[in-house]
Amino acid sequence: MIVALLLCVTALLALSIAAVPLAAQPAGRPVIYGACLGITSVAALLAVVTIAARPTAVILPLGLPWLGAHFRLDALAAFFLLVVNLGAAAASLYAIGYARHGHAPHRVLPFYPAFLGAMNLVVLAADAYSFLLAWEFMSLASWALVVAQHRDPENIRAGFIYIVMASFGTLALLLGFGLLAGADGGYDFATMRLAHLTPVLATVVLVLTLIGAGSKAGLVPLHVWLPLAHPAAPSHVSALMSGVMTKVAVYAFIRIVFDLLGPPQWWQAVVVLALGGATAALGVLYAILQRDLKRLLAYSTVENIGIIFIGLGLALAFQANHFPAGAALALTAALFHAFNHMLFKSLLFFGAGAVLNATGERNLEHLGGLIHRMPRTAFLFLVGCGAIAALPPLNGFVSEWLTFQAILIRPDLPEWGLKIAVPAAGALLALAAALAAACFVRAFGIGFLGRPRSAAAANAHEVDRFSLAAMGIVAALCLLAGLVPGAMIDLLAPVVRVVTGTGLAAQLSVPWLSIVPNAEAHNSYNGLLIFLFIAAVTWLTVLAIHRFASQSLRRGPAWDCGFPDPRPITQYTADSFAQPIRRVFGTVVFGTHEVVTMPPPGDVSAARIRKIVPDPIWDFLYAPLAGALNWTTQLLNYLQFLTIRRYLSLVFIALILLLIAVALWQ
Amino acid sequence: MINQLLVQGVQMLLVLALAPLLTGVVRKVKARLTRRRGASVFQPYRDLRRLLAKEVVLADNASWLFRVAPYLIFACTWVAACLVPTFATGLIFSWSGDLIAITALLGTARFLLALAGMDIGTSFGGIGASREVMIASLAEPTMLMIAVSLALIAGSTQLSSIAAFMLHFGSLRVTLALSLVAFIIVAVAENSRIPVDNPATHLELTMVHEAMVLEYSGRHLAMIELAAAVQLLLYVSAIACLFLPWGLATNGAGIDAYAIGVVAYLAKLTVGAVALGVFETSVAKMRVFRVPNFLGAALMLGLLGVLLLFVSRGM
Repeated sequence: MIVALLLCVTALLALSIAAVPLAAQPAGRPVIYGACLGITSVAALLAVVTIAARPTAVILPLGLPWLGAHFRLDALAAFFLLVVNLGAAAASLYAIGYARHGHAPHRVLPFYPAFLGAMNLVVLAADAYSFLLAWEFMSLASWALVVAQHRDPENIRAGFIYIVMASFGTLALLLGFGLLAGADGGYDFATMRLAHLTPVLATVVLVLTLIGAGSKAGLVPLHVWLPLAHPAAPSHVSALMSGVMTKVAVYAFIRIVFDLLGPPQWWQAVVVLALGGATAALGVLYAILQRDLKRLLAYSTVENIGIIFIGLGLALAFQANHFPAGAALALTAALFHAFNHMLFKSLLFFGAGAVLNATGERNLEHLGGLIHRMPRTAFLFLVGCGAIAALPPLNGFVSEWLTFQAILIRPDLPEWGLKIAVPAAGALLALAAALAAACFVRAFGIGFLGRPRSAAAANAHEVDRFSLAAMGIVAALCLLAGLVPGAMIDLLAPVVRVVTGTGLAAQLSVPWLSIVPNAEAHNSYNGLLIFLFIAAVTWLTVLAIHRFASQSLRRGPAWDCGFPDPRPITQYTADSFAQPIRRVFGTVVFGTHEVVTMPPPGDVSAARIRKIVPDPIWDFLYAPLAGALNWTTQLLNYLQFLTIRRYLSLVFIALILLLIAVALWQ
Repeated sequence: MINQLLVQGVQMLLVLALAPLLTGVVRKVKARLTRRRGASVFQPYRDLRRLLAKEVVLADNASWLFRVAPYLIFACTWVAACLVPTFATGLIFSWSGDLIAITALLGTARFLLALAGMDIGTSFGGIGASREVMIASLAEPTMLMIAVSLALIAGSTQLSSIAAFMLHFGSLRVTLALSLVAFIIVAVAENSRIPVDNPATHLELTMVHEAMVLEYSGRHLAMIELAAAVQLLLYVSAIACLFLPWGLATNGAGIDAYAIGVVAYLAKLTVGAVALGVFETSVAKMRVFRVPNFLGAALMLGLLGVLLLFVSRGM
């Protein structure tokens, strides 16, 4: 199996090279994306069947000569390969139609299969060298896709910040692996697993992993690149970056912290829970203030990563307290949410891409009324909004419900830090869930409902069949995972068993397809039954009312309390919709405020209101950091213009200092 | 099995049948307290019948979502209400959703209602929807915190199990008091009651729920009004079954226990309706940006309750 998967990766890489000449041909695009669709579908199928299989490994004579390239396929890797390849297959199908309208295909096509291959390689790698190589390759390929539309200076800036953050993250991971490998340099994962680090070193590795994997995933405060870079790429690549690449980062975190690092300490869980909670709440607050639809979705990715990390933090807390059943439940919730997020975030980015295609607009303030012009896209986007807002019976609700069950499963943890951190994370999760609903009411309500706010929105057209098919398949999967969550939990059982040593009880055998994750408390949820109830009640009510009451209908102008104004400008805007939440939460969290300029009586100049939304993380963390860096480089700039004698003396002084350092170390 | 199914069916129909009456009683109490005669307590039924028989006047640019939403809102609310034990525990379908799922189902209804409010593209719909989601963004986490508190006390999030626990092992706890206060505040806010919203206003900038449904007419409006009535009944029933579980018939009890359960339930509903009427008459409507403080207090109470339980299981 692993050989077949490696062949898939090789095929993707070969495709990437073949794309260089093919990109110039008009027929090249469907061929490349079609081939990607085929290869990733095969890989996804292979991944599904290998989840329950025994781990397989292979060592190829590549990379470092004394190490070789280790690849290993266990249940954890297989699950993430499923996430990667399912998302990639959907994005490729979407791209067959979407990319027809793309500019400069030669800047996208060669990098796209390479990006897919690199993500697969990261998950398959089983030694630090191949892992980091694949990781960096993934970063670079996605960077090339981010700057594909390079005429926009915003995209260039996004690309710059992304490459800086990505390199920084890889550096952190490199140091982390260095510590894990120890002085003897055991760089394959099997050796690392056996080594036992001192608590101090384990903490350093955890922090480095949080920086390395967390920056790729978008943990606050390392998220700043994400809302810039994800929207800058073409929409199918945005879907991949948000839906899939962040999951590869989650995989890296689980692999290093749960698998390689050994038994966790309880306060590590507190750190992860705090970061996860802060990420969830801040991410959604940022999202709700955005006008740009794709940037809104990118910030919502930050939120969902927070939810996943809350689950991971809970799993760490239970593992530290030797409670594998709880860890299994929490990890199931986190992985289920990772899978769900891949589905609905892809769907939403596809929808945003469709809107972008149809109108040329990403700004919500210029959209509106698209439900009439693009009914199918609107319906599918609505499904995605419902799923991400955790509405039953869709899939987003199930994973959040499972996370709550994990919070409730063992309240009497002995450590004080956890006694505070667990309920606090629960409260932040609840807040994030409610705000996400508000955020997506806004996104759908302003973007698709109401009256068109621009000529482009008024003349929008429905997108092509491929895009609709991709969105339809993903939306169906969202519904399916919500109706039969037991199947997904059973699929996850071997994965969770690899990490925690125990899995949840089989759920598909529970009567009526309910899920009962915590058999002791017998808390259960049945998405299928709730869906059938709602469908039946709706259908019967409609039938009864139309049969026995009235079915007459008259169209007329809107009522609007008697004073309808036909101009679209009288509608609520995206900014005005967010105003109550901006005022309630934004003033506290970000320090948002409004500046009202009201001319005195008699003055006929226009009154103005300006909203100011500062970003404290940028202002207080990154801006000083960048300033300090600039200042230091200015100082060091002096070193560039020295004479040869001074250079030689500098080298000599450096050598002496190093020798002294070594002498003191011994 | 047949018995359970029967109990479930009776509860489902009872909820639907009593909901307009509860709204009528609240209105009557409010009218009498302000020295008006007030309409009959059965007026909501007549309103519904009249609305159902009328034709729908639909705005020109209304989409399919606007037409489907009332039925879905009603269905979600009713299904949520069916999961709450009214006069007997041990509902056969109660395991298809717990308190978290009920909160989320009401969230689904609210999501659809807010979207429907924005569909026509009028400023009233937008203002209503935007304020509704602001209120919900504080009320929903509060509900979840209450659910967590109750689950920590009773060991389950299923309403039937919590009610059974409270009935047999219930004792006075600090957390329960905090949760009750928080629950009442959420109930007041979610049902668009004074001081958060005023169900009797039109044409005021303070209105929330009424602004969203301004464009609805005929059978669509009937469904939304019925859903609002069912939601009010749901909250009163939930408070009754969680915090005042006396008289609830347990699973497999005799016919006399069920009779006692029904009488106790009706008594609780009456008390709830009168209390709501008195409360609404005695407080003034808040400015809309006072509401977050009011709801934030509830959220803090809920969180405090959870923290107390995490710190000491006995609180």
